[in-house]
Formats: sequence, structure tokens, C-alpha cells
Amino acid sequence: MDKGLSLKDVVISKGGVPLLSITHDIDPGEVLTVMGPSGVGKSTLLAFVTGTLASDFRAKGEVLLDGQNITHAAAHQRRVGILFQDDLLFPHLSVGANLAFGLQPGGSAAERKAKVEEALDEVGLSGFAIRDPATLSGGQKARVALMRMLLSEPCALLLDEPFSRLDAALRAQVRDMVFDRARARALPVLMVTHDADDAQAAGGAIVTLGG
Amino acid sequence: MNRRRYLPILPILTLLVMLGPVAAGLWGTLLPAFGHLPAAGLSGPSLDPFRDLFDWAGLPRAVMLSISTGLLATVISLAIVVLVTAGWSGTRPFRTLERLLSPLLSVPHAAAAFGLAFLIAPSGWLSRLISPGITGWVRPPDLLIVQDTWGLTMTAGLVVKEVPFLLLITLAALGQADAQRSVTIAQALGYGRVTGWLKTVFPRVYAQIRPPVYVVLAYSMSVVDVAVILGPNTPPPLSVQIVKWMSDPDLAMRLEAAAGALLQLGLVVGALIIWRFGEMVGGYLGRRWIAKGSRGRFDPIVAQGALVAGGTSALIVLLGLAVLAIWSIAGFWGFPEALPDQFTLRNWMRFGPGTLDALGETALIACVVACVALLLTVGCLEAEYRYGLSFSQRTVWLIYLPLLIPQTAFLPGLQTLMLGVGADVGRLPVMLAHLVFVLPYVFLSLADPFRAWDTRMGTIAAALRASPDGVLWRVRLPMLLRPILTALAVGLAVSVGQYLPTLLIGGGRVATLTTEAVALASGGDRRAIAVYGLMQTGAALVPFALALLLPALVWRNRRGLRHG
Repeated sequence: MDKGLSLKDVVISKGGVPLLSITHDIDPGEVLTVMGPSGVGKSTLLAFVTGTLASDFRAKGEVLLDGQNITHAAAHQRRVGILFQDDLLFPHLSVGANLAFGLQPGGSAAERKAKVEEALDEVGLSGFAIRDPATLSGGQKARVALMRMLLSEPCALLLDEPFSRLDAALRAQVRDMVFDRARARALPVLMVTHDADDAQAAGGAIVTLGG
Repeated sequence: MNRRRYLPILPILTLLVMLGPVAAGLWGTLLPAFGHLPAAGLSGPSLDPFRDLFDWAGLPRAVMLSISTGLLATVISLAIVVLVTAGWSGTRPFRTLERLLSPLLSVPHAAAAFGLAFLIAPSGWLSRLISPGITGWVRPPDLLIVQDTWGLTMTAGLVVKEVPFLLLITLAALGQADAQRSVTIAQALGYGRVTGWLKTVFPRVYAQIRPPVYVVLAYSMSVVDVAVILGPNTPPPLSVQIVKWMSDPDLAMRLEAAAGALLQLGLVVGALIIWRFGEMVGGYLGRRWIAKGSRGRFDPIVAQGALVAGGTSALIVLLGLAVLAIWSIAGFWGFPEALPDQFTLRNWMRFGPGTLDALGETALIACVVACVALLLTVGCLEAEYRYGLSFSQRTVWLIYLPLLIPQTAFLPGLQTLMLGVGADVGRLPVMLAHLVFVLPYVFLSLADPFRAWDTRMGTIAAALRASPDGVLWRVRLPMLLRPILTALAVGLAVSVGQYLPTLLIGGGRVATLTTEAVALASGGDRRAIAVYGLMQTGAALVPFALALLLPALVWRNRRGLRHG
């Protein structure tokens, strides 16, 4: 058990009161869905894994990514990608510049531009590089946000209620796209949601918190 | 890595820069007030300075003026702002007032005071407009309107400048008070608009705006430039007399000035305590009023009256600028003509070169001070975000502290102290003194938008492997371009408007537009005053215009950033 994302005896508490505890190994290409009503601390778990836990929370336990202990690593050195329910595209950058922000440094300007175009082609948004993200539809934004995250070559993917803002028709489409891409890249995926459909579609193990 | 070492100490450095001069200045006031001034060969302790102070025949009147103008200006401007907001928030007239807010705020106190004087003086514009047709005056009547013995004109001059400030603060507080729904509920229960607002929203809003209200009170009690222009002369308000003593060539007069400065501090502290007591009484009466269940029969009249008062206050500033503009290009303008006989650029050619020198000095000081203040502020806020260090609820009073201690209480002491250690007066000390007053405003202006930034953007950027500095420079600051430029403009405007720190700490050798304009007050050359006053207003106003324009230009193709 080397590859994948492991949560070892993770306990998160606030003001001395334990909120949640979880132990689980997520294999590459597998999805772990964490369910539970709002306020139970699902997003807090993700904040712990990304390294952005607010200072009023206390956490114990370890997070291992591909065998490396990242529990105390800086947020930007963890190689853990995350998608929220909002696309959170940087509003001051064009679509292309948003993707380039994710792209790792290196390569000539032309090569980087080509990679950005390629990523846009992959999700059917060819020629969108110069667009203002605010002018995109909800589904288009979700696709850009996904490709931006994948271009940063993460080793794991976290999903925080990622599909709850999308309407029913788009939802299945975007969801399939995200899970397909994650599986193709053999990423371990940790998703928190309160939506049973999403949990079903993920097709992996389900852990229910609180309630 | 380097940044990591100094970022955490920035909040402490900021507090030091802001409060250090205040503490030092108070110390420097305390010693001479008790007769200790080695520079003049005097050593204490003795109570002679206070004896001299209390022997001054003008003292009772000067003290009364300080108290009455301060309390009146605060009560009136607060009442106007509260009632206008209660009666009109969300309506068209209110939005018009809101749009006028930034320009009104940036007009320096001195320029607004000159404008008011040029409007309502016996030979002012209003008198000219209605003479001789209505009044029959063919020469200016012999009335003491400007510099009246009771300080009423001075109070009016303070009100027209404090109304926009308090309105801005109230608008910011409204955003967090869920006001609209409360008023809707109250109205559904049969309450009038004003009464409903006062009974449901006001208590929450007042809790938020309390520190700035205290600032208005402390400021109005101890203001110098407005008092020099609009206040009475014989005797002047205490703050003006302190400055007169300070500029006396006889060093021993500084002892009396220091004693006066301590008295000024005591007056402000006393007034703040009285105000606090008034709040409690008001709260008690308010609760009884709420319990009575009265629905507000007179609401429409109150609302109309408040709108007229608010509109008049805005109009006075705007008309004042208009009359400054007319005087600046006036040729011969005899009473009671409504307009000058001819317009000319001669005044600008005569006073223009002098204003340009002063503008250069003003701009240099303002730019350095505002940029340093912005740097410290961003550093503090970023440190708060990264390390959870916080300028939180309790420390917020520390930020207001330099604004609550009257300038006249610690600036004389700071000057005396600098004199004592042989430090040179001049531009750099003036910059440090300006920083004390600029920093709180820049911080207060930027703190809310900076904290309101969606931190998930930071999480996303870090997940995309951007370092903390990368997140700050590549994501957070560009997204906050508009509030950052606004904070910078606020800082520039505050620095441009500073009178006393420039005068005292500059030792009379640093000539800014404000010190030059106020120095012209006694001479009464309206054309010179008009040119200087307009330049001063421009120096404060242009940065605000740029702060609106630049983000619109830079982000013209970014719809997501168009509304803040």
C-alpha cells in the first residue's frame, strides 16, 4: 500500500469537542465519498487535507499521499488538487491565463500556450483562451476549473460538493467528466457531499459522518 | 523565505509607528505642563504653568467653545445621518447622496470651511444673490456671521464635513445589519419608515459606528484649521490658543501651551465620558419608546426635514467649491453684484507658481506617507490571514486611539521633545507625524474588503501550487485592486488635509497647500485663498477619481470585477 491517499486516525476537534474521526485508504483511481448533513465538518476534513485548516480547529492523525507524510507540509507543496461547488476561476485573469496559472512552470511560451489550447480542446472549449471567465456558462466554467486543476498535475483530487450548483442536465455530464478524468490519471479522489446521487455515481466506498 | 521572517512582526511595527509618536508626544506634553523644560532652562516640577493657564482671562470662554462646538457638531451630524438613512435608504434621493459621498469626503476641511465662509459672510455669495433685490443692502451689513462669538459657523463648518464621514461609516455598518428585512417586518407591523428603522436597525448600527462617532467628537472639540478659519478670535477655542502659545518666540510660553494641551485632553476625555453616559440614557429612553409601541405619526415630516438638512449640508460644500472657483477667476467683483464684472486668469498666474511649489511638497509627503501606510496595512492584514494573528475586536480600539487623542494634546509635546533631543524639524518628521493619522484611515478603509475576499481562492491557488507570496501577489492583490486604490486615495486625502502636524512638526518650514491656505485666512485675500483652496481640493480629489477610473480601465474586460 504505497500509492494513493491515506487518512490515518484523523480526528478533528473544535474547542476540545471532537467533530469527526476517520481512517481510510483511497487507492489510485478510487473514490471515497464522505456524506453527512451540513455543519458536520465535511469541508473541515478537506481543509485539513489541503493544509488550510482554520486556527480554531485542532487535528490529530496523519495524511499520507503516495507513501509520503504530508500532514505538516505547506499547502502549496502537497500536490493535492481541490474543486469547490463554485468554479472559483480567478476573475482578473482570462480563461487561458487561469489555465496557465495551473500549468507547472517550464517550457517556452509557445509550448505553454499549446498545452493550454490542448486542455481547452479536450473539454470542447477550443478558442476560449482569451475569454473573460465571467462570460462563460456554468457548465463551461466547471470544465475550465477542472482542467486548471488537472494541469497542475496533482497526485490526489478533493471534491467539496462539486456539483451542487449545477442544474440536473449538466450535473450528470460534468460529474462523469470529472470522475473519468480522475480515473484516467489514476488519482485517488476524496469527495464530500450531501447528495445521494453524487455518492452513487462515484461508485466507491461511502462513509457517513454525524447525523 | 525572507518575507516569512518580517511579516509576523509587521502588526507590532504598525502599532509602534501609530502609537509611538502619540505616547512620546503625551510624555513631551506632561513634562513642560509641570514646569520642566530644560531647553528653556526650566526644571520642575511646579504648578506655575497651570496657574498661568487659569489666570488667562479667556480660558472659561475657550473651554466652553471647545465643548459646545464639539458636542453640537457631533449631535447634529449624527442626527442628520441617522434620520436621512432611516427615512430614505434604498430610495433615489439617498442614492444621489451616496454618489456625492466620495467627492464630499475628499474635500479638505480647510477648503470646505473657506467655501462656507465665502457663502455666508455678510459680503458672501448668498448675500450678494439676494441683494439688493430682497434685502435692500447696497453694502455688506455689519454682522458677525463668520467667526461669530458662539462658534456656530464653526460648528456648521464641522457638520458639513462630518456628515459625509458618518454616512460612509453608517453605510458600511448597514451592510452587516440586515436592515432591509428588519424595516420590512416593522412596516408590516404598522410602523412608519423612520420609527421602524430607529427601533429595529439603529441599535445594531450604532454599536458598529460608535468608535467613529467618538472620533468625530474628539476631532470637533480640538480641531485647529477649521477653528482658525471659522471660529471666533477673542478668545479663540482652546486648541487655537494652544497653537498660538506654541508659536510664541518666548520658549516659556510652551509651558502654558503644554498645560493647555493637558486640559484639552482632559476635556475630550470628559466629553467622551459624558457621551457614553448619554448613550446609556438614550438606550434607556429608547427601550421605553420601543415598549410604548408608538408607530411614528410624524415620520413623514421627520424624514422630509432630515432630507432637507442632509441635502443642504451637501449643497453647502458644493456651492462653497463653486464660489471658490468663481473667486479664483474673478476680476473686479463689487458688492452686491451676483457675479464678478469680468473673469480673468490673472489670479492663477499670480498665485499659481506658489501653489505649484506647495503642491510638490504636499504630493511628496502624501505619496510617501500613503504608500508606507498601505504597505504596513497590507502586511498586517496578510499576517493576520496567514498566521491567524489578529487585529480583532478588542485591538480595533488601538487603531482608533490616535484619532481619539486630540492632536493639540500630543503634537506640541512631540515638537518640544524633538527640540529637546536636538532632532531637526522638517519633512521626514512631518511624514512620520502624518503617518499616525493616515494609517488608521487606510487600515479601516482596506480591512473589510481584504477580509471579505473569498479565502477559497487562496486554497485553490495553493492547490495549484502557488506559494503564499504567489497567492498574495498574483491573486489576492490584483483582485483587490479597486479597494487598494481607494485606500491609497483615502490615505492621500488625509495627508493632504493635515494642518497641525505639518505646522508644528515642520516647525513652520514645511509649506503644504493646507498650511499655506490656512495661513492666508487672516489676510482675507479671497482670490489667493480661492486658488489655494481649489488646488488643495484637487490634490485630494484627483486620487479618488483615479481610484475609480484605473480599475475600470485595467479590468474593462473582466465582468467579475466590475462591482467591487
